[in-house]
Amino acid sequence: MPSTLVSAADPPPAAAAPPAPLLRVEELRVHFHTRDGVVRAVDGVDYAVAPGETLGIVGESGSGKTVSSLATLGLVPPPARTAGGRILFEGEDLLRAPPRRMASIRGRRIAMIFQNPATSLNPILSVGAQLGEILTWHEKASRRDAEARVAELLRLVGITDAAARLRQYPHELSGGMKQRVGIARALLCNPALVLADEPTTALDVTIQAQILDLLADLQSRFGMAMVLVTHDMGVVARMAGRITVMYAGRVCETADARTIFAAPRHPYTRALLESMPRVDRAYAKGARAPLPTIPGRPPNLLNPPSGCRFHDRCPEAVAECRRVLPLETEIAPGHTVSCIRHGSAGIPA
Amino acid sequence: MSAALLEVDSLSKRYPVTRRRLFRARRTGEIRAVDGVSFAIREGETLGLVGESGCGKTTTARAILNLVEPSEGIVRFEGRDIVPVFRAGDRAEVLRVRRSLQYVFQDPWLSLNPRWTIGETLKEPLRVHRPEARATWDARVAELLAMVGLEPHHAWRYPHEFSGGQRQRVGIARALAIEPKLLILDEPVSSLDVSVRAQILNLLVELQDRLGLAYLYISHDLASVRYVSTHVAVMYLGKMVEIAPVDELFAHPRHHYTRALLSAIPVPEPGAAGTRMALQGEVPSATRRPSGCPFHPRCPAALPVCAEVEPMLAGAGPDHRMACHNPAPAREEPSP
Repeated sequence: MPSTLVSAADPPPAAAAPPAPLLRVEELRVHFHTRDGVVRAVDGVDYAVAPGETLGIVGESGSGKTVSSLATLGLVPPPARTAGGRILFEGEDLLRAPPRRMASIRGRRIAMIFQNPATSLNPILSVGAQLGEILTWHEKASRRDAEARVAELLRLVGITDAAARLRQYPHELSGGMKQRVGIARALLCNPALVLADEPTTALDVTIQAQILDLLADLQSRFGMAMVLVTHDMGVVARMAGRITVMYAGRVCETADARTIFAAPRHPYTRALLESMPRVDRAYAKGARAPLPTIPGRPPNLLNPPSGCRFHDRCPEAVAECRRVLPLETEIAPGHTVSCIRHGSAGIPA
Repeated sequence: MSAALLEVDSLSKRYPVTRRRLFRARRTGEIRAVDGVSFAIREGETLGLVGESGCGKTTTARAILNLVEPSEGIVRFEGRDIVPVFRAGDRAEVLRVRRSLQYVFQDPWLSLNPRWTIGETLKEPLRVHRPEARATWDARVAELLAMVGLEPHHAWRYPHEFSGGQRQRVGIARALAIEPKLLILDEPVSSLDVSVRAQILNLLVELQDRLGLAYLYISHDLASVRYVSTHVAVMYLGKMVEIAPVDELFAHPRHHYTRALLSAIPVPEPGAAGTRMALQGEVPSATRRPSGCPFHPRCPAALPVCAEVEPMLAGAGPDHRMACHNPAPAREEPSP
């Protein structure tokens, strides 16, 4: 088992409460400063990831799921800026860490697997060069050691003939192969946390199945925690232990995966699950019942709805939902919901 | 059984592979993008065409409409072979065929002219196909907008003012403008968000029930295929490997590729015990197509014969055909 770096030297989490999370995101805000005004893409988001667990973050485009994971690595693209909150990783607030400290965490303690393997690899560097660079940078490894370790990782992610692949360039690899290289790159330094942003969305379904199997297998071997950002409910159901559902820059609901699917409480979670056709269900033709839909469309975050962000599309909304911003409230152990119709506290908006 | 509206018989599209020399290109081989595909669609039916990228779904659809010229095969629409019609190029005749067969594109961002209002976009097919009825165009545009759930005033707006779902509604309205009998829908919901996807799927089903349309629905999203289709055809490397009524195909797939494809879909249910059939390797490049059955190098049930003899599409039950030398048993219950 390769493990050039064991995290013994890293400081223990400062938080007191039982199983101390590896990552705790608190009241995170990321704002895009555009010509038309401030877009509140992430507007007060909380979640936590325990060591070794997989948290699935689901939501539609524009819900803030990708931006909040980029913020963890200090990678929010201009014109976006983190506008508040804390991101505690192993007790250290990453939003206040100096750039050099972030550079040493990024890729070493927290690594990222990107959505599009075709654009996240450097086209003019060979696989061996761009992966080896990470080791020479973070661990001051010699080129020969780096190359041996890269080859080992490539074998681990299921790339046959690893020695030959080291000298190949990204364009010589298929999509599935590139994503395997992307995964190998993320695991090079044996990180404590991997952020995977739609890691299989660009892939065909049989290749997706291979990559998901691979991720699950690697996670059980290396024990790293994972944040899996996706819009695919099938993918989170397979991979995630706990799930956070986001809508319009805020968290609707967080619970363990079984609860989210079997007993969702937030109206948005419920509507999202019901609106998906199921591959394992027969639909009578001729008298097909329409799929339940969510009326309207996601709000413009330049000018988000007052109160609960979902109130204007919500079948259960009451007048109060417009006036009160719901706060995430624990309604059962490990199950938090932000909906005043389902037991959440709220503050006047 | 009513007569087929569209009948595709041994349709093929081949592209030459050439190597450039100093003064001439040398033909070194060919890619069989679509290879002897046959199917039929009856009025009011939807055939779902599924398969992974590069399997020839879109090329099949384009060859039907002569957007790429088929290399071989017959495309019969209402009993008449339309391939020679396109080849002869008589404008009046071509228009007559196109009137009945319309195409809805995958990407509603690329398929609408950004400099035309929605009204102009919807009038374009009328301008081409109904030039004599100019006086009725505006009324027809309003009618079309209502049909797809948009407002009359949207006719004066431009595409950039619309969301993805609304644009796809415009794309559907444009295809319906001249009252076609068959719509080819090429991944119409792939670029849309989940909550909007259901709205568009509902619209497609409602329009079909109301107007008696037939659909050729191309998608890699098998859940939406299950919802909209009456029949499903599975393609792999340009070949059709299996075709059957929708519930038969999902419940009793016989071809091993179909089984692998279905079992690879993650079901939105945590801990769903699926005996997944993990496929080894990836789809080979179309330039290096395996001999015999194109699926044999990845097939868990391959026999020696599979590498040598290409299996033909053969009956596997009522309305169910597949191309496999060693198919899965007929009525065993596979776990999806």
